Amino acid sequence: MTATLLFVQVLNGLQFGLILFLIAAGLTLVFGVMDFINLAHGVQYMVGAYLVAAFSAWTGSFGWALLLALPTALAFGLLLEALIFRHLYDRDHLDQVLATFGVILFLNQGVKFVWGAAPLSVPVPELLAGSVEIASGLLYPVYRLAIIAAGLAVAAVLYVLVNHTRVGMLVRAGASNAPMVSALGVNIQRLFMVVFGFGAMLAGFAGAMVAPILSVEPGMGDNILILAFVVIVIGGIGSIRGAFLAALLIGLVDTVGRTFAPNLLRLVLDPAAASQTGRAVAPMLIYIFMAAVLFFRPSGLFPVKR
Amino acid sequence: MTELVETSSAPALSLGRRLEIVPIVLFAAFAAAPLLAMLSGAEGYVLSLLTRVMIFGIAAMSLDLILGYGALVSFGHAAFFGLGGYAVGILASHGIEEALIQVPVALAASALFALVTGAISLRTKGVYFIMITLAFGQMLYFLATSLAAYGGDDGMTLASRSLLAGSTALENDFALYGFCLLCLFGVYAFSRSLVVSRFGRVLRGTRENALRMEAIGFEPFRYQLTAYVISGMMAGLAGCLLANQAEFVSPAFMTWQRSGELIFMVVLGGLGSLHGAIIGAAAFLLLEEFLPEILHMTSFFLAEETRSHLAENWKMVFGPLLILIVLFVRGGIMGLLRRPRHG
Amino acid sequence: MAEPMLELRNLRKNYGALVVTDDVSLAVNSGELHAVIGPNGAGKTTLIHQISGMLPSNSGKILFAGEDITQLSMPQRVAKGLARSFQITSILPGFSALENVSLAIQARSGSSFRFFGNAAQERALNEPAMDCLTHVGLSARAHIPAGLLSHGEKRQLELAIGLATEPKLLLLDEPLAGTGHDESQRVVETLRRLKGRLTIVLIEHDMEAVFSLADRVSVLVYGRLIATDTPERVRANPEVRAAYLGEEEMV
Repeated sequence: MTATLLFVQVLNGLQFGLILFLIAAGLTLVFGVMDFINLAHGVQYMVGAYLVAAFSAWTGSFGWALLLALPTALAFGLLLEALIFRHLYDRDHLDQVLATFGVILFLNQGVKFVWGAAPLSVPVPELLAGSVEIASGLLYPVYRLAIIAAGLAVAAVLYVLVNHTRVGMLVRAGASNAPMVSALGVNIQRLFMVVFGFGAMLAGFAGAMVAPILSVEPGMGDNILILAFVVIVIGGIGSIRGAFLAALLIGLVDTVGRTFAPNLLRLVLDPAAASQTGRAVAPMLIYIFMAAVLFFRPSGLFPVKR
Repeated sequence: MTELVETSSAPALSLGRRLEIVPIVLFAAFAAAPLLAMLSGAEGYVLSLLTRVMIFGIAAMSLDLILGYGALVSFGHAAFFGLGGYAVGILASHGIEEALIQVPVALAASALFALVTGAISLRTKGVYFIMITLAFGQMLYFLATSLAAYGGDDGMTLASRSLLAGSTALENDFALYGFCLLCLFGVYAFSRSLVVSRFGRVLRGTRENALRMEAIGFEPFRYQLTAYVISGMMAGLAGCLLANQAEFVSPAFMTWQRSGELIFMVVLGGLGSLHGAIIGAAAFLLLEEFLPEILHMTSFFLAEETRSHLAENWKMVFGPLLILIVLFVRGGIMGLLRRPRHG
Repeated sequence: MAEPMLELRNLRKNYGALVVTDDVSLAVNSGELHAVIGPNGAGKTTLIHQISGMLPSNSGKILFAGEDITQLSMPQRVAKGLARSFQITSILPGFSALENVSLAIQARSGSSFRFFGNAAQERALNEPAMDCLTHVGLSARAHIPAGLLSHGEKRQLELAIGLATEPKLLLLDEPLAGTGHDESQRVVETLRRLKGRLTIVLIEHDMEAVFSLADRVSVLVYGRLIATDTPERVRANPEVRAAYLGEEEMV
């Protein structure tokens, strides 16, 4: 019983971790390459979810909706970059935090304005509906498995892009020394745009993927944004590999911790106190984890050499 | 030689004196406001709004102390708001309603939290510091949501305001207003003294060039941590007051958005001037309060339905306004006040 | 002879395979002005960083007045009487010249955990600070924000800040770098006046200044100390001449 429960929770944790990775990947690149704190990255996730909700209501097909939502999310990211973020690159972190905070306020209200305050729901695509028996007597929703597969696929593509292409090389070089890259004659402005648009699209993709299993509502990007920040800080800012491992760690710690913290505490406390404390401690686990990591490694697990 | 020494900070002082008028007007306005409130006919509303302004002024000022004078961007300052609020709420729910007990407990809790989290956070620099303070803030937020005995997500309503030395004086809105004004003034006076003191000078020096400070024999960490603890205690005091003003505490006291708002208040008012933070808090809260009406009024040329729609979605104006302020109003409101004088 | 003011024993610093300070042993006598010269990239600044505590050493020992200070932090070393200046000017630009110096006085006199009283008006801090400024010839500029001083004046200010910490040993990292002729003359004069009153370790590229000021000269090449001797004998040393050949002209 506990073993199968653990297995399901690990799968859930993996799925959550991969979604976190999709968001954190863009964030860590934007952060690493441009030294730019983008609090508005979370709303791009939200926008992705809303886009897929709107398009799937319009086309009646999740596949088409996803196909339409991705370029739209990309275009939207580029629009924000050109309108606002571009003017913030040479400002200090404080200004960046505030201006992108303004973007959050605007967009959270903006989606309310367009789609109303009530949560929207997106049906799970028929092809991926239902459950599959992954072990004897253990059913797991196909769609969640699809998220895991998609997340892993994107991670693999990202790995190839970053490590084996020219743009990827520039991005890696930019993360460790941006002035040097621009001194070499690379159009840094355009590199920034590419990275930014790509990051926005990844966040949008994450939002689109979770739309069928979560409710699509204003502010849905806010808390996941904080988690994504936790991920990139633990992983080491600018490191895709760090973001990947940290995202999986956070996903597992959070999901498995919520289920098993009370059980573990039962070893040392009486059941009532254990479940009380467990419920209190579980949501704090990842933050405790982060504080512990930063205490021992103030620049994260995989610091990018500067 | 001696003369030179005595006039040492003359240029700074004369500029300072010219700007002294701002805090004097500010506190005079707060002192006079209750009278105007009585005349306005909506005294309850005016008083409660201004009380909130003063409370957020204390919190913003406490943040300015480390942000403006120490360049420490704490993105978890609302946590202290929550600590102060919950200290009042939890003690009250156990029958301890005396402010003379609640406030010291709140201050002690804030100091302890600041000491522990500050000691860890200050090991990191720059972006990592912003993020780790944010994480500690979130930690406390989730702790509060899980306190089922104290209302969990929903928070808890206080049966009554705190007792002050056994009396129920604070139940009166005017008395609470006066008490908050007193706290605001006390915190302001202490902060003013602190930033020019020996300690404050080390803190400001560390902001400008930490390496130089080490090279003359100061350990920046000790001074930054002390400032962080003092700042946390001030914000904790603001939390106590907010709980009394709202007669309610909830995890919403310490969302990360609230921390962001506090930073915005400080920047809006102008970093590193203390009273700028109070002005920033006032501007922010009044804007938040009146922007819907202002939008409704200024859009008189539109159809009524559009106008009310616009007022309802005032945040869509507020957000861009924030961005524009960051992009174009450098130095905040105090910067605007200062500029013409410099010529 | 009395124990040396500063003694380095087999000091090492490497970044991976790159050895920056290679087994350096050196004794600086109390009261001497000891110059360290060497071609660019010889590791002179790294050595100063190690002695001042800004960079940790991989192995070896640093003894200051007979006491092992290898593990102490920079502020702790300053408290023991070991001050330094920086090659790239490091001052508090928003503070007046006087305040820059009086902060250094403050570090040595009484607690800085005082929350009341205007520090800028403490005579006990300002008067000795003014003396230090007078010493380097900057008293007329005491109330100018340090960021607005000329480059040469900033170099002089750095010296005044170093003096204000009341050091037994002053580490000077190219105090003449980037100064004009008159300004560098003024700094040299100041150093000459200080000579004998405290121990000075001087890194400098201006050979004329080095050979006119130094009691002894050490030559560092690729992190290795190749000679320590009087200026005359160092100048005559063939190994030193070889190291400098084509680098710059020896005086």
